[in-house]
Amino acid sequence: MNSSPLDTKQDYENYVNSKSPNSPILKNCFNAFWVGGLICTIGQLISSYCQYRGLDQNMSNTIVSIILIFITAFLTSINLFNKIGKFAGAGSLVPITGFANSIVSPAMEYKSEGYVMGVGGKMFTVAGPVLVFGISASILVGILYLIFNTQSIIIM
Amino acid sequence: MNRIGNQTIKFNNPPTILETASIVGPKESNGPLAKYFDKCLEDEFWGENSWEKAESKMIKEASNLVISKSNLPIDDINFCLAGDLLNQCISSSFGLREINIPFFGIFGACSTFAESLCLGSILVESNAANNVLCSVSSHFCSAEKQFRFPLELGNQRPQSAQWTVTGSGCAILSKTGQGPYITHITPGKIIDMGIKDSNNMGAAMAPAALDTLITHFKDTGRNPSYYDGIFTGDLGYVGKEILKELALSKGYNINSNYNDCGVLIFDKDSQDTHSGGSGCACAATVFSGYLFNQLKEKKYKKILLIATGALTNSTTAQQGESIPGIAHAVSIEI
Amino acid sequence: MEFFQTLDYMMLLKAFVVGGLICIVGQILIDKTKLTSARILVIFVTTGVILGGLGIYKYLVDFAGSGATVPLTGFGNALAKGAIEGVKQYGFIGAFTGGITAAAGGIAAAVFFGYIAALIAKPKMKKQ
Repeated sequence: MNSSPLDTKQDYENYVNSKSPNSPILKNCFNAFWVGGLICTIGQLISSYCQYRGLDQNMSNTIVSIILIFITAFLTSINLFNKIGKFAGAGSLVPITGFANSIVSPAMEYKSEGYVMGVGGKMFTVAGPVLVFGISASILVGILYLIFNTQSIIIM
Repeated sequence: MNRIGNQTIKFNNPPTILETASIVGPKESNGPLAKYFDKCLEDEFWGENSWEKAESKMIKEASNLVISKSNLPIDDINFCLAGDLLNQCISSSFGLREINIPFFGIFGACSTFAESLCLGSILVESNAANNVLCSVSSHFCSAEKQFRFPLELGNQRPQSAQWTVTGSGCAILSKTGQGPYITHITPGKIIDMGIKDSNNMGAAMAPAALDTLITHFKDTGRNPSYYDGIFTGDLGYVGKEILKELALSKGYNINSNYNDCGVLIFDKDSQDTHSGGSGCACAATVFSGYLFNQLKEKKYKKILLIATGALTNSTTAQQGESIPGIAHAVSIEI
Repeated sequence: MEFFQTLDYMMLLKAFVVGGLICIVGQILIDKTKLTSARILVIFVTTGVILGGLGIYKYLVDFAGSGATVPLTGFGNALAKGAIEGVKQYGFIGAFTGGITAAAGGIAAAVFFGYIAALIAKPKMKKQ
């Protein structure tokens, strides 16, 4: 044999990639689509009801977030959310439910290290970066808006 | 005891594996090898309030079990070699803190069981000890917590990911006994082929297993058909296929008598373990439960156990380092 | 119920389709790259902040309602929108207070319910 997969690290990486099973991407996308869509539809139902009761859109969206986060925390605490997540993948990760689950799950995980440094300290080990990047980016957006006094692209 | 070839040690008065014991968790208890294990747990906490405590309890109880099965008084066991996957090997040191046997904590990631058998047989052969206890453990939940994500996080495991075996496997090596005997050991070198994906450990460890396998054959002058069975520790389905192909390309056909403990311990289809089992306890419980039984019943007479380890940790993984692999081979004959 | 007579069913359908499509983007990222779920969340929230800051995301919100606000890009959009409104109202300091004010409900709920869940529940092994 002239060349072996072990000749260089690159050869081996290519070889391993050809040997490793792929995720069933079509099935995963289908599940992600309908679960994610369903979660958003539930959100829309709640939001429509809030607006029907006379709340403005911002307040309605906040209530949607809080209710979905509560449902996620509940499902996580009865050990059900990880099963949904395994089935739906991005379908439950990308909506606000994924953010809530990534705060609730380490909080539960590190309960054995105590309620202050365990639950309190480790709560943001997974979701911390989301807040860091989200909040920092929003401050930049605010400052840029202050400088240019416009949102740079206005369509129409 | 003398060294043959580059890195193999041949024992002139081969130590006997006197007795073994295994305790496994709930998932392993539903696997194909369940009937070979000494004790199957129904819940992963085993009455404790943390997984770390549960893992310590497993290695403690499995060690006590193997001692009582061997009928040896505790004073006759001269040394204990133990290890696990958690930082600073706390499962073994906490689990065995009351056992009153001189203790060596060892770490070889998932290859720790073979490492303890290697070092233990050297201690016995060199007359430093009459009996040595080798114990290892791993726990799915404590390993996930340390190396990956919280258990309740709703994420998908890639198809190449492996499932850490929950359990503990122990063996007592003895100067005297009727076998099975450890006749040769081939401690392996660290081999790093640059794999960085911690969800593909089998691929990261396969080159190390290949190196140890070929070195063993070259040093001993044996060939694959000498053994009734060749078993790697936890290469899983991905690593097993890679090792088979690479060995064949180097002129060693192991297709007919080779299997992997991580493939044996779970039923891939019904248990959803993707690429198979991993962890210190994978090789240890499969050997202590299934393989030792087969040796005792003379279904296998000569086996080669190659436990493989991925020498990584969560910090190096985050720093973008690759995963070095290691593999130690132990030749066991009756 | 009177509410169901006034309900805009077309809006529900649009929320379903748009929300589902955004999740498909996430799923392709999961399967085609080796990104961890935390990184994917960061990508989505940052994308949402950028699109919100550029004023593009609000068209998607107008079109799909919760289909655009419930995914994490919507969370990012809310942060960006809040920061801009903060600047309009309070000037420079508003860039710092506006974003979190707009997203305060979600963050506070996640922290509070997360702590409560940890108080009452214990993680369990996936049986299958």
